[in-house]
Amino acid sequence: MTAAVHTTYTVPIGFMDALQITILIMVAAGATAVVLVRRQVHQVLVLSIYGVLLAVLFLAFQAPDVTLSELTVGAVVLPVVLLLALAKMRKREQ
Amino acid sequence: MTPAQRRWVFGVGIAGLAAFYLWGLSGLPGFGNYPGPYGFIILRLAVGQTHATGVVSAINFSYRGFDTVGEEFILFTAAAGTAVVLRLLRGERERSAVDQAADRDVPPTSGAVRIVALLFTGPVVVMGWWLASHAQTSPSGGFQGGVILATAFILLYLSGEFLVFKRFSPVDLTDLVEAVGAGGFAAIGVAAVPMGLAFLTNYLPLGQFPGAVSSSGTIALISFFVGMEVAAAFILIIGELLEQTLLIRQGR
Repeated sequence: MTAAVHTTYTVPIGFMDALQITILIMVAAGATAVVLVRRQVHQVLVLSIYGVLLAVLFLAFQAPDVTLSELTVGAVVLPVVLLLALAKMRKREQ
Repeated sequence: MTPAQRRWVFGVGIAGLAAFYLWGLSGLPGFGNYPGPYGFIILRLAVGQTHATGVVSAINFSYRGFDTVGEEFILFTAAAGTAVVLRLLRGERERSAVDQAADRDVPPTSGAVRIVALLFTGPVVVMGWWLASHAQTSPSGGFQGGVILATAFILLYLSGEFLVFKRFSPVDLTDLVEAVGAGGFAAIGVAAVPMGLAFLTNYLPLGQFPGAVSSSGTIALISFFVGMEVAAAFILIIGELLEQTLLIRQGR
């Protein structure tokens, strides 16, 4: 067990637990929202917001390196890829 | 199969899944309890052994470097696969490289979008480059830096047109950068073998003190090559998808 060390980064007792639980609930709500939104373009935008939530989750669980990856891959690159695929499909249907 | 039968099959399946899931959960260690010895050993030894204060990078590019080579080539193969699948097929033709939609007029890119995209392009490039070249001192690394570098090119596309994206990332050059990045990582690893060391041994001088940008030997170098590979791979994939969406049409 680690002893309590006071640094400039020390937060009040229970703060990290509260933060982690809050963000876990937000991620669960975000994931549900991605499934419930049925219009494809809207769904991609919600997915992008969900990517940001997931990035914050990783940060709250002390994985800043994963945060950096998730922020770009989950919130930018994946939505861009999906939007391009949707645009291509719309063209083919026409 | 009648709906009643289907519901029955679903019920059995979901009950079995729930049972196995709860069984699995009951055996997990408590939240935040790490049972293994290796994490603690690495935390004690990594900075002294590698002179990298970014211990995650030390693990990714040195202790578990062999895994990372594999991941590197997964992305390399994915980019190559995308290029093969999305090539110009028989019965398809290329159109002019101007944005258009089938069912409506495409509004011209607004000045606000152009300016914001252009304003962000420079800082994003700097940030990506910084992250890729500071794996040894910060929780970053080649993958994060590379992906962020690639998003600068998405901003370029947003600020102008597909032609601008193509002018800044000619396929030949991007291919070359990707190959040098992936090959560089492998070459650094293989170079240890003629010296009588194991594959991916950190044989470069570690630098005077941990935390300096010039420290950590091969870790910093490998991270930089990974950054090149990842940035080029993502630019290639996005470029292929843009080309497929904007240029290629059915028919002649």
